This record gives sequence, structure tokens and C-alpha cells, in this order.
Amino acid sequence: MNMVVEEVEGKASQGGSVAGEFLTFVLGSEAYGLEILKVQEIRGYDAVTQIANTPAFIKGVINLRGKIVPIVDLRVKFKMGKVEYNEFTVVIILNLGGRVVGIVVDGVSDVMQLEESQIRAVPDIVASIDTQYITGLASVGEKMFILVDIEKLMNSQEMELMDSVVMH
Amino acid sequence: MTVDMSQFYEVFFDEAEELLAEAERLLLAIDVANPDNEDLNAIFRAAHSIKGGAATFGFMDMTEITHVLENLLDRIRKHEMALTVEHVDAFLAAKDVLEMELDGHRHGADVDQAQVAAVKTRLASLTQAEAAADSAPAADTTPAVTPAAPVEASQVSAHVAPAAALPPPADGLTQFNILLPELKEKDIANLQEELGLLGEVAGSKHESGRTLLTLNTDSSESDIVSICSFILDPDDLVITQAMVDAGPAAAVAAENAAGHVAEAGDTETASSVKVHEEAGYGLFAEEGKEAVEEGYGFFAPFTPHADAPQSLKIDDNTAAISQEEIAKAVASPAENVTAGNKNSATTEKNEKRNPARQEAGHASAETTSIRVGVEKVDQLINLVGELVITQAMIEQRINALDPVHHEALINSVGQLTRNTRDLQEAVMSIRMMPMDFVFSRFPRMVRDLAGKLGKKVELVTIGASTELDKGLIERIVDPLTHLVRNSVDHGVEMPDKRKAANKPEAGKLTLSAAHKGGSIVIEVTDDGAGLNRDKLLAKAKSNGLNVSENMSDSDVYQLIFAPGFSTAEVVTDVSGRGVGMDVVKRNIAAMNGSIEIRSAQGYGTTIAISLPLTLAILDGMSVSLGSSVYVIPLNLIVETLQPRAEDMKTVTGEGRMVHVRGEYLPVIALHALFDQETEVADPTQGVLVLIEAEGKKAALFVDALVGQQQVVIKSLETNFKKIQGVSGATIMGDGSVALILDVPALIQMGQTHNYLTGATSFANKAVQTISKEYTQ
Repeated sequence: MNMVVEEVEGKASQGGSVAGEFLTFVLGSEAYGLEILKVQEIRGYDAVTQIANTPAFIKGVINLRGKIVPIVDLRVKFKMGKVEYNEFTVVIILNLGGRVVGIVVDGVSDVMQLEESQIRAVPDIVASIDTQYITGLASVGEKMFILVDIEKLMNSQEMELMDSVVMH
Repeated sequence: MTVDMSQFYEVFFDEAEELLAEAERLLLAIDVANPDNEDLNAIFRAAHSIKGGAATFGFMDMTEITHVLENLLDRIRKHEMALTVEHVDAFLAAKDVLEMELDGHRHGADVDQAQVAAVKTRLASLTQAEAAADSAPAADTTPAVTPAAPVEASQVSAHVAPAAALPPPADGLTQFNILLPELKEKDIANLQEELGLLGEVAGSKHESGRTLLTLNTDSSESDIVSICSFILDPDDLVITQAMVDAGPAAAVAAENAAGHVAEAGDTETASSVKVHEEAGYGLFAEEGKEAVEEGYGFFAPFTPHADAPQSLKIDDNTAAISQEEIAKAVASPAENVTAGNKNSATTEKNEKRNPARQEAGHASAETTSIRVGVEKVDQLINLVGELVITQAMIEQRINALDPVHHEALINSVGQLTRNTRDLQEAVMSIRMMPMDFVFSRFPRMVRDLAGKLGKKVELVTIGASTELDKGLIERIVDPLTHLVRNSVDHGVEMPDKRKAANKPEAGKLTLSAAHKGGSIVIEVTDDGAGLNRDKLLAKAKSNGLNVSENMSDSDVYQLIFAPGFSTAEVVTDVSGRGVGMDVVKRNIAAMNGSIEIRSAQGYGTTIAISLPLTLAILDGMSVSLGSSVYVIPLNLIVETLQPRAEDMKTVTGEGRMVHVRGEYLPVIALHALFDQETEVADPTQGVLVLIEAEGKKAALFVDALVGQQQVVIKSLETNFKKIQGVSGATIMGDGSVALILDVPALIQMGQTHNYLTGATSFANKAVQTISKEYTQ
């Protein structure tokens, strides 16, 4: 974590006000961004092994080079986009403090560097993603990106990815 | 030059721990009446190395004890003092205290100061008692040694200055002769002043033109070395220790001379000790030390009074000594030595060294290992696992090719398959450790326990080299300790009772380990009183357990695993509280193992633990359900069957049961439990797998059996969470993930979960009641 902060600060001191690099992805008609340093890799959607008695958005687990990694479909979770699985379905594999989790999204668009000045505070809106997981809105030209604190979101109780005992 | 020493702490801790264990092993094995020189030297070296390390890192409490220990050992190994049982006991106690102090430094554990003080007094009293008793023989050694001196007169006088600059040191002090290399007067003055802080110091001119300092101090050589190293290179320093009670300086000189004049008959004993000592370095030698050892042949003529361990100490403190440095050191004194002298010294040594080497063969094997983090090994195992799967995929593709056109490719892949399999086997064996790691702690424990209880017990270990997964090794220690303790306390009888029963006074406790099929069987056998069936039954009755007279022996013996069950008449602080055997059983069960008792009254008891070879691999039966594959641990499967329609029964039209050989077992439909789609809804079309766990049976209804195979267990919890009814996951040959079923949890779930409606119903309870009636 410290490294991330330092890196962001380091860049900020050079360029003036760089907030960091973000991977942007699409869910339905909305564009989102998450910190690139949390991303381990991006891969296609493979056959998953279903797991009994779990919510529908947990698609199951895959074998990622010997590791058992759970896959969450954010489209199902947030009821966005058409849920279909084909060769264009993308899984973003996240590494959140050592825990590896995959998320299914409609598509990955870009990696962009955002400056502090481009990031706005979150207005009080009602969204399917709770505003506590949104760190800000970024505007790049005509487009708006919703910046998500993906670690907080994936570790939250509502994602049901962790044992409740682990949660504090 | 400031070096952060803390980075080396771990190395010291590990090494000290090993040395202590080694010392303990040797102490326990030693024959008090006729101790083996090699063993004594090895124990001495262990104490010495710990002392050196502890002093370097500033753990003065450890240095103090090892210093006293070392002095005692040094005199014993030089035969100035006879080894007694009290010595061995005191040394073992000192080892415990050192271990405690080590833990204190390492983990911040509590150190019992009273115990430390007690051991110190014990060692000190031994030293004093012997010092008094020794004064007479000490006088004897002087004349014996004197004739040797003239033989070597030239050499001795050339290198050893009379150490008479100071009076013999007072009690408790040690006199050191420090031969300095050529230095500026100012530096010598500085050094003398610094050393003055340690004790009395006097300087004199040595014949070679160098300066000789004599120091009376209670500090150790390492302190002197660390002070000197500010001013000069410790490698150039020669420190000799003159033992306080070793008599006049002439004795020191003679002793030193003896170091390389083996021809002198009178000093034969002394010299052989010395040679052994040097040869023995292979025991603990690491790379650096090995180089030093090789240098000894050359060093000896130049530094006749450099007591071998002391020069090793110097090297220790200056960290690793490089090959070049040795070469340099060898080159400079070469002029002092005639070629013939050099050769004879080396040959003499080599001759003596070889037999010692062979004896040391067992121990030196240990030094050829390297220390690697477990996570690195696990990573390696994972990677190889991946490789095996990838290789299996390639093999599948290859099978689709035309063998005529692609013969070369197919051959290459065949070779790849073999290599991969070998690689996997080799990598898996890294995690395997010999049972010796566990067994080696018992000799001491049994000895102490037997002493405490006034019993005589002889411990025999068989199959200590049998290998077991590291994870299991760590988890078997506690249960096994408990069983051994029990055997000594309850199994083996008191000596008089044994005599009365026509048995040898000393009880025999056997620990054995052996591979049997895919598992390892560890047995704890005693030739004691055996289990008393009637006593067990009576106790069970009074404890309110459900027993009957016509239970089988093995069932009766299993009673001792019931919580709170103890037949010991007296509760000792060793055992007998009835706490423990249930824990033992639980621990073994948690390792997928089983425990069995064989006993014959009057002849002894054997407790056999059977464990899988590794925690990472499971023998499993894969079953299919819809589009998924699940793995059921094979050891929990009783049988599989395809039921006939008339065997299927219902209660109030809801719960289902199957009638198998007089038993009614509840049917748990996996697809209903896991809410999974399948086309097989009728048990007569699918397969029933009879599972048993924790004494309960049930029939698991799945679509079909796929096959039996060994699977590598992967945790779901690493990246995900615990799923009810699933104990883990595994990767199948095609790279897909299969879940491993948690059988006890499934049986539990089946009881509260109706297979059709998902509701707990009257029927389910009825099923349980009925099945209970039938199983009893």
C-alpha cells in the first residue's frame, strides 16, 4: 500500500497533479475506472466451476495457473449490461493485497493517467454501486468515468467473497 | 565499519538450535564410563561455537553459561577430569537453559532466571570440585610433558615466549598469551591500554621481533579478538590460553609443542586429541570453515601455540575467511618452515584424520543441506503441478495426430512425460522429512520422565529415516509426545513389579515408523502391563458410557479415547488426568489418519497411528453431477451401489431412505443439496455412494462414478471463502477445477435439509430415528 502512495506522490511531484493511472472498463452504458496497480492481468472468460449455495453473481472458480480464483460477474451483481458469455467477454484479474479475484465486465477500454484536477467529488446520487465504493468522477473530454475503490468493494460483505469472520 | 548484526541473528539462532540438538543427542548417547573422544570433542565444539556466536551478537547470558560449560568439557576431553553421570545431567540442564535463553532472544519468551542461576551454580560446583581433585594429577602431567620439551626445544623457544611476564592468574581468571604481528609502537601501546580494560596486562618482546602480550582476565578470547580487531587484522593474531590449573607455563609450551610433534611418545595422548579435534571440523564445517580446516596443515608449524578451536574462534568473529586470505597467511610464514617439517606435519595429520573422518561421515552429511523457505518449496511444487497439467494437455493434442507423420514429435512428448513425472516426484520429495525429526526429541524426554518416575526405560527407535510430509511431521509431534508419555507413565511398570513378573528391570519402549501402502504407520510399543479390559469396562460404566461385556477388545480399547477417561489410580504431573487421549484422536483424525490399539495384558501395548503420506494429496473418487465433477475422499467411502427400486423407501412420502443389508440409510441427493441441474432424478438411474464420517452413515446420491485418482488438494479459502459442504478444490487433468466434498458436513447438511423441499421435516427426523435404531 505504501508503495502505491509513494508512487502516486512521486509522479505528482514531477507532473504537478497526477492522481494515478486507471484501467477503464465498461459496464452497460457506463464507464468505470479502477487503479491499475490492483490489476494482475486481463484474460478471456473460460469455463468456470460452479459453486453450490452461492449468489448468482459469483460465477464460480477457475484454475489460474494452479491457483483457485473466484470469478464475480459485476454485470449480474449490478444488474447492468446484457449478461452473455462469448469470446469477447473479459475478466479482469485483480490482486488485492495477495487475494486474487476475477471480475467479469462488458469490456476493457483503456489505461489512462488522470490528474487531480480532472477528478470531481461524488454527488449524492442513488446508484446500484453504493457511493461509499466510489472515490470520485473523472471527466476526460466529453466522457465521464466513475472511479471505483475496487478493493473496498470486493472485500465488502455484500460481495460475499470472504468469510464473515474475516470481516471487521 | 558499522554492520547491522541483527540481519545475522536468524542464522545464529538456527545454528545454535542445531548445535544444541546435536549436543543433546551426543550427551544422551555417551557412554559415561568410557566416553568416545570424538563425541566429547563434538560436544565441546558445539558449546564453543555457540559461545562464539553468542558473544559476537552480544547475548552475554548465553556466553556465560557456555563459557563454564566449555571449560568443563575442555578438561574432560583432555582427560584431566573423568566424566560422571552428574556431568551429563548438568550438561543437559545447561542445554535446556541455553535453549530457553535462545528462545528468549529469538521470540522474547520468558527466561526463568532461577533456573539459569541454579544451572550456573551446578556447573560452578562441578568445576570447583574437580579443580580440587585435579591438583594432584596436574602435578603429574608436568614431568610427563617435560621430556617432550627438549625434543622440540628449538621450535618451542622460537615461537613461544616465556609467559612469565605476569604472575599466574588468580582463581576464575584465564591467562592469555597474545602474539601480535609487527606493529607500530604507538599501536601496541594503544592495544595494551585497551586490553587493560579487560584485566591485568603485561608486554614483552618476542624473539621473532614481535610483541607478546600476556593478559589475565575473566573475559573470553572473543572479547580480546574484538578489541584487537580495531587496530589489527585478527587473522594475524595468535592467542593462546593458559589454563589456570594447568600448572606452569612450561606445560602450555609442551602442550603446544605436542600439537605437531606426534612422534614424541610421551605426548601421544595429547596429540591425538588435538588431531581428532581438527579432523572433526568437517562435522560442522561450512564452506568458509572447510577452507580454514584445509589450511591447518600449513598453519600448524607457523602457529604452534594456536590452539585449534581458538584460531577457529578468530575466524568466526571476522566472519567468513576467504581462500585468498588463507593463501596469504600461508605464504608469509613459509620461511619459518622447512619443507620436510611441513610435509611430515601434514602427512601425520592426514593419517590420523582419515579414520576420524569416516566416523564423522554420518554427521557431516548434515552440512550438505541448504536452508530454504517453505514458501519457496511450495511455489516450486505448484509450478511443477502446473507443468504436469500443461504436459497432459499437450499429450492429449498429440493423441489426435497421425502417428506415422508425427513419429518424432510423439516420441519427444513421450520423453517429456517421463521427465515431467520424475521432476514431480523429485520436487514432492523436497517437502518430505525423515521421522528422525520427531523421534530425536524422545530420548531426552523418556530419560527425564523415567528418572522422575523412578523407572528404567530403554528407548528403541526403528525406521527413523522413514520420510513424511513436513506439514504432517509438525502436527504429529504433539500426539506422539502424549502417547510416549503415557507409555512411560502408565505402560511400563516400576522395576520391582517388573522383576516380580519375570521381566527385565528396564522397560522397553519402541518407536517405529514404516511405509505401508500409501500411508505411513507410526507405532508406540511398550512391554509394560498392557491394558486391563475389566478395569476399562468398569471405569466406562462408572463414567456413564454405554458399554456391554461382550464388546470386542479393540472396541474396549477405543474407550481410552473418550474425553475425560483415565484409569490411572493416581494423577501424576506426567499424565493421568484423562485429558489428552481424546485430543490425540482428534488431532490424528484431522490429519486424515486413524489410530489403532493392540494390547495383551502383562505383555504390553502397541498404539499404531496410520497417516497419509502427505496432506497435499488425497485419494479420491470423482463423481459426476450434471456438468460438474466432484471428488469424494476415498477413505470415507464404504461402498457404492446402484439401488433397486424396492430398496428405496420413503417416510410420509418425503424423506428417502435406502435399505442396504439390514440398515436404513438416509439418502442425500447432492443435486438438491447443491441446487444443481441434472437429468438423473431417480436414484435407481444414478449411483448411491455410502459415506461414513464421525460414526454416521448416509447414502450420497450422484449421477455417476467417473473414476478413482489421486488429487492435489488446493485451498478455496486462499482467494475465496469456506463453502459449506466443500473442503477444498483440486485441478483435474484437463485443467478444470473440481470441488472436494466435505463428507462430515454433507451428512450434517443432509440431516437438516430435505432433499425435495429444502425444509426440515418430520420425515427427516424419522429417518434419523429409524436409521439409528438399525445401526445400533
